[in-house]
Amino acid sequence: MEIYLIIMLVLMILGSVHALHTKDLISTVISLGIVGFGLVISFLILSAPDLAIVQVVIEIITLAIMIAVIAIATFQLEKKQWRFSFVFYAATIVFFTFVVLLVSSRFSHILSFFGHHTTRMADIYMKSAADSGSANLVTGIILHFRAYDTFGEATVLVTAVTGVLTILRHSGKKNKN
Amino acid sequence: MIHPHGLTVVAKKVCQFIAPAIFLFGIYISLYGHLSPGGGFAGGVIMASALVFQVLVYGSLLEKLRKEEWRLEIAESVSIFSFLILAVLGLLVAGTAIFFGNFLPVGKIGNLVSGGFIPIGNLIIAIEVCASISLIFLALLIYKDEE
Repeated sequence: MEIYLIIMLVLMILGSVHALHTKDLISTVISLGIVGFGLVISFLILSAPDLAIVQVVIEIITLAIMIAVIAIATFQLEKKQWRFSFVFYAATIVFFTFVVLLVSSRFSHILSFFGHHTTRMADIYMKSAADSGSANLVTGIILHFRAYDTFGEATVLVTAVTGVLTILRHSGKKNKN
Repeated sequence: MIHPHGLTVVAKKVCQFIAPAIFLFGIYISLYGHLSPGGGFAGGVIMASALVFQVLVYGSLLEKLRKEEWRLEIAESVSIFSFLILAVLGLLVAGTAIFFGNFLPVGKIGNLVSGGFIPIGNLIIAIEVCASISLIFLALLIYKDEE
């Protein structure tokens, strides 16, 4: 299990390094998408499916909005060396798709089938609910059995606020000049 | 756009009575999260709505709001960091040795002080959510007016 986690982490680090060093804004956003979707599979490996679902939704919305904003702001067609870059990009896409499909197919059994429910974890929760010492069962689950999930959700919120502040503060400064 | 000097005197007086009650209700929801429905996220959003209500009624004077924004940024960062410290404390204490292990005594189920670190975690989450949502609201106000 840990080797898959390491693979995903290396992918995410490569994506973030590429996002820092590239000049095109669109490719920055797309390589940040590699980081986000790698995070989704890492959450799935770490048995936090709720967090993975939240992260998928947030990542898709963020990616769509960022691409729309950047495409409106700085859209220009560039002529490059077509043949080499086409082969390179196609090979990269096939490779990363293969890696993501391999890792996610190994761990997709954590999620239940579409339309089915799992009682595997619910039984454990119901039996050992008194261990958390919380009269409210949901809070006991959120902050005791699934405190890691809660921590990730709070981190998602902090990241969102950081993004909002960064974008808005930048535009405010630009308007002042 | 929100008027910089706020609404009339009647609205301001009503806000003086209602906004502390809303804030107190948010604290109650997050403190009693381990006894009654609610918890950190819901309580934090309620606490943030008190601030939004105040800004709507009292107007958006930029100097005051900028000071508030600075404090809220510190509160947000400190709260998420202290939640991580809470997790690492559960890892370090010899009895639990688990990430997010419940290292405090559980107590009697149903009391206000029970459940180990669950009320503390609820309170930290509430502060974090309140600071985040207020920050987004203030950022949309401040940076638009800063032109």
